[in-house]
Amino acid sequence: MSENKQENFFLTVDNIKVPIEGERNILEVIRKAKIEIPTLCYNSELSIHGGCRMCMVELEGRGLVASCSVPPVDGMVIRSNTKEVRGIRKTVLELVLANHHQNCYTCGKSTVCNLQQLAKDYGINNIRFKRREKESPIDVGLCITRDPDKCILCGQCIRMCSEIQSVGCIGFGFRSSDAEVLTAFNKNIDETECVGCGQCTQVCPTGALMNTSNIKDVWQYLNDPTKTVVVQIAPAVRTAIGEPFGFAPGEVTTDKMVTALKAMGFDYVFDTCFGADLTIMEEATEFVSRVKNGGTFPMVTSCCPGWVNFAESFYPDFEKNLSSCRSPQEMFSSVIKSYGPKMWGINRKDLKVISIMPCTAKKEEKDKDKFKIEGDPNTDFSITTQEFAQMIKECGIDFRNLADTPFDHPFGEKTGAGVIFGSSGGVAEAALRFIMDFDENPPAEHDFAFKAVRGMEGIKSAGIELNGQKFNIAVASGLANTRKLLNDVKAGKVSYDFIEIMACSGGCLNGGGQPTSKDRDYKLKRMAGIYKNDVDQKLHKSQQNPDIIKLYKDYLESPGSHEAHHKLHTHYEDKNLKKKYGVEK
Amino acid sequence: MSESVVDFDVIAKILQKHKNDPSKIIPILQDVQKEFRYLPKDALLYIATTLNIPPSKVYGVATFFSHFTLEPKGKNIIKICDGTACHVKKSGDIIKALKKRFLLKDKKVTSDDGFITVETVSCLGACGLAPVIVLNDEVHGDMTLDKVMKLMDDLEA
Ligand code: SF4
Ligand code: SF4
Ligand code: SF4
Ligand code: FES
Ligand code: FES
Repeated sequence: MSENKQENFFLTVDNIKVPIEGERNILEVIRKAKIEIPTLCYNSELSIHGGCRMCMVELEGRGLVASCSVPPVDGMVIRSNTKEVRGIRKTVLELVLANHHQNCYTCGKSTVCNLQQLAKDYGINNIRFKRREKESPIDVGLCITRDPDKCILCGQCIRMCSEIQSVGCIGFGFRSSDAEVLTAFNKNIDETECVGCGQCTQVCPTGALMNTSNIKDVWQYLNDPTKTVVVQIAPAVRTAIGEPFGFAPGEVTTDKMVTALKAMGFDYVFDTCFGADLTIMEEATEFVSRVKNGGTFPMVTSCCPGWVNFAESFYPDFEKNLSSCRSPQEMFSSVIKSYGPKMWGINRKDLKVISIMPCTAKKEEKDKDKFKIEGDPNTDFSITTQEFAQMIKECGIDFRNLADTPFDHPFGEKTGAGVIFGSSGGVAEAALRFIMDFDENPPAEHDFAFKAVRGMEGIKSAGIELNGQKFNIAVASGLANTRKLLNDVKAGKVSYDFIEIMACSGGCLNGGGQPTSKDRDYKLKRMAGIYKNDVDQKLHKSQQNPDIIKLYKDYLESPGSHEAHHKLHTHYEDKNLKKKYGVEK
Repeated sequence: MSESVVDFDVIAKILQKHKNDPSKIIPILQDVQKEFRYLPKDALLYIATTLNIPPSKVYGVATFFSHFTLEPKGKNIIKICDGTACHVKKSGDIIKALKKRFLLKDKKVTSDDGFITVETVSCLGACGLAPVIVLNDEVHGDMTLDKVMKLMDDLEA
């Protein structure tokens, strides 16, 4: 849209003059004047749908227009607050609500629901239209839950799933008053090619798409005195868990989380950053050994289960490129379930491992048979940051004012390399911090940052030199970006040695299980929080983590050893869609 | 997965005829429906995965246009007009009686034995003859419940 970017072009909204700076619609220009135009179907990161009519404004000379669908032109005069505009907003809301299951009390989105907020902001105290009763069954998937009766057909989920994630497993079906958001043949979401990323739940303005809740399952273990309940918390959680309690995005509250979890009754609280450090030991070692012994390149990271699912469905030909490493969640749970019983003198069946993740896809990952031993999952349940916040609230814990508590031992130490796993580019950077120590002239101790792979761009790349040999590295986040990168790799347009992929744009800090944010810069702020937290750590390289060194000494021998392979690595499945849907010729 | 009812070679031929072009999805579905008299699920999944379009999109197109059907139709097809004129002349009773006769409930339109499909349609443009039905492409006007049941008896005989 750069052709729109002409200097000294303005429009006037409610008597405020605002410059036009390449915005794609007048809505974005109006927002700069600090006037909030309500929307239900618009999302600045997605294509324009223009279906809800919530964003109507009065444009001089043209009358009422949908501000999300009109490009700005110099000299436009707009009123956003006329009697007509206000009347339309009310009518639209009433019509939407008449088609909506109106039971806010029992809805998990209550208090963070856009629809509820708008109804409140626009003073809807009566709905003039008859409520249409629908009774569609709720689809509880492993990662996400769909409640079609709460759907207002804004289409944001569909655009997210197809435009940003290039999965497209949900779409509009049927027409007019029968229209619905559906999977193909209205199958359950878990029977489709859904990768579980949960990004659709992040954009859904209502409770129609939500993280599947496992809170009850967790309480059940916590309430059982015969169980030792261990919890691990992922890197990206700390940069967002404060938000529902009034902290800004990116304000890291690691030690308060530990206090809260102890108060809930968890016996041991560990940091998944430790699991991330362990992942780097294995993954970077795998890379070095592929270089030495001639393996498949590019080697592609495997710590994001959303991406792994995507690869298995859409890029099965990349099976050998994928690192054989399990995700940090699965590595760490495997370690805890393998060595914990001996350490604490209990039976494996009485040891329960819970993970707190920014991620919905981990709920499906932990359920895979390959991560169970005789039916017992290494990770018993995985809950999201959203569910964790809910549990804190259920306990009446004043999170904002909690004291700090350190993590438990023996897996209490972490390094900054593990922390940055929460951001796109973090895994690549952490691996580089490991690999560069193999150089004849390793970088100085304080020189741990590789800034080229940081930032919000969807595809990033960098080059390094290791003992005179050049290596190219690429980082992608968001699955449509991933598709583009991999297609270019396949077509020979680009060539890389190492590729990091995260399913969610910006990485796990923007995971499908994170709290939804009203701050338009939340991703950047959470990212800044993570890199600041890295700097705050004593150590910055996984290989320096004393608890990791001890774990190898006591149990795992060395990175890439037989025991490490057995406990920390995995294999992949070809789930190409023809096979999945049984339509191979 | 059990053996599919669909011969994928037939579909592959239809796709080739349209040069495997995803933008031709509507004519492709029309050809498939002509071949099978409905759009079998496996056919849609085969088309989607071959053309690399999400199955949900193909399903969306197939459900959007009312001339596509995802259910196999019965050997006989009876359409009962439920437009305003026919409705006023009690087409509703005919629909009810037929549904009862062929054990059709709710959205089910085709009898279990595949003998008949009972559909309601809006105005057939023959309001002067209301109520109107179309039995296997033949129009019958001025219907009564008795006349319809007689037609059904003959059909089943
Ligand atoms: S979880 Fe991800 S893949 Fe699944 S429907 Fe939502 S956006 Fe699409
Ligand atoms: S499920 Fe949510 S995001 Fe999707 S169309 Fe319905 S209301 Fe919009
Ligand atoms: S990017 Fe992170 S949050 Fe998103 S699916 Fe992958 S692991 Fe989960
Ligand atoms: S936000 Fe503009 S039409 Fe929905
Ligand atoms: S209403 Fe039945 S033919 Fe017109």
